[in-house]
Amino acid sequence: MTLDDFVLDDSEKIILALRALYQHSGYTRFHMEKFEKYDLYAQNKDFLVSGRIITFTNTDGKLMALKPDVTLSVIKYLRDEPDTLKKLCYNENVYRVSKGSGSFREIMQVGLECIGRVDRDCIGEVLLLAAKSLELVAASYVLEISHLDILMRLLDDALGDTKQRAAALKCIAEKNSAGVAALCREVHAPEEATEALLALMKLYGPAAQVMPALRALCEPKGLGKELDDLDAALAALSDGGFAGRVTLDFSAVSNMNYYNGILFAGFVEGLPDSVLSGGQYDRLMQKMGRTSKAIGFAVYLDRLERIGDTTNGGVVFQHA
Amino acid sequence: MLNIALPKGRLGEQVYDAFERAGFPCPSIREDSRRLIFTNPEADVSYFWVKPSDVAIYVERGAADVGVVGKDILLELEPEVYELLDLNVGKCRMAVAALKGWQDNTQYTLRVATKFRRIAKQYYHSIGRNIDIIHLNGSIELAPILGLSDVIVDIVETGTTLRENNLEVVETIVPISARLIANRANFKFKTEPIERLVRELSKGTEQTL
Repeated sequence: MTLDDFVLDDSEKIILALRALYQHSGYTRFHMEKFEKYDLYAQNKDFLVSGRIITFTNTDGKLMALKPDVTLSVIKYLRDEPDTLKKLCYNENVYRVSKGSGSFREIMQVGLECIGRVDRDCIGEVLLLAAKSLELVAASYVLEISHLDILMRLLDDALGDTKQRAAALKCIAEKNSAGVAALCREVHAPEEATEALLALMKLYGPAAQVMPALRALCEPKGLGKELDDLDAALAALSDGGFAGRVTLDFSAVSNMNYYNGILFAGFVEGLPDSVLSGGQYDRLMQKMGRTSKAIGFAVYLDRLERIGDTTNGGVVFQHA
Repeated sequence: MLNIALPKGRLGEQVYDAFERAGFPCPSIREDSRRLIFTNPEADVSYFWVKPSDVAIYVERGAADVGVVGKDILLELEPEVYELLDLNVGKCRMAVAALKGWQDNTQYTLRVATKFRRIAKQYYHSIGRNIDIIHLNGSIELAPILGLSDVIVDIVETGTTLRENNLEVVETIVPISARLIANRANFKFKTEPIERLVRELSKGTEQTL
């Protein structure tokens, strides 16, 4: 049976095109249960975008939840085999509280996860697929990359384990240099460390332009491995023809208890929020008692709903 | 085209002058009119006047690329935006005020009248004081006079209104001033004009603005 383009709406076309992209790249489709035991989320509540979850009691009396997230289910399902690499993709509805209305919404998420022996090649491949995903949905887009271990080191040097640290992280996400400088003054942070952190905040823009200054700032601090991680990731994107679409920006922060290493987000011109986000989450794996490494990303279909004029609808379906 | 949301009123007009000096002029904005949007294609810029407390929403949702908003609104709404510059204008402070000579009786839950629920809650949580919030939209000073609340949490500029109503500042919570904010996604696509604006405005904030 062939399917007529006419019957598919824009979001269905995008879902199918992304799934085709991932499955053709060797990712196995992971189809999961609609419900999970509530315990899974209760133990990892702050990993979730919103802490609130729809729960109900199952016929056997167990407390269940409608999935607010896919990643935790994938980790739970997979056996911990750090020497092999498992590549999975999914498109699933999740249930989250929307910021505007404050009530629950059903949100379609399409994404992929790599779990196990995640090396630089794997990270490069995931970033390349993220860039290709953005290319499928829009003509004008940016893939923004950050390295959390670099940010954490410079933040530690300046603020250590002080109570100002969390506030500084918020200021960094807001590109609020004056705020960070004030917090550093409060704790009499070493001047050199403060300047390095402020310099890192100012380093954003096209990756090729930013990398030399970043290397000059971070190499003397023994961050050579992290810089090489970034170089390898950027080389993979550049080989794929995406060099002009990639920016570095260390204001991209996430929950540091779960994420580490490379973090990334995708933006489409004309839409006010990121439409794709992902990164390495080895820390979450450790919290769940796993030794495997992991990286993944999700595309938020609800945020693409208003893509309007920037959509590339016809092209999307041809690609699929 | 750079879309700029300015707060209606004296602060907005003062800020516009600085934006004009920074190389983003739009002379039609000075004409006495009831229009809300002003565009200058030559400078590739568009301005619109919005209610001061709404600027952050226009910017967070991307209807404006950048905007000018008080730190009080940023603390209250916690919008996901970039806070690029302290413009050092519209300076005032967020403070707790009460009737002259008032003493806190810790036997009771403290009744706090305010427009700024989040700021009040966070402040009293940080010092561990149990409170009840009475949310008002204006004339907050009236609440302690009528016995509706024990204290108020509000913006204090010169303190004249407080004095005239027999009130005084009990505690300063945080200093406030106007900030330049930007939408996080639009920043990626309009980095050059936004950076130019920040650079030029930051020269001005040290001198005349």
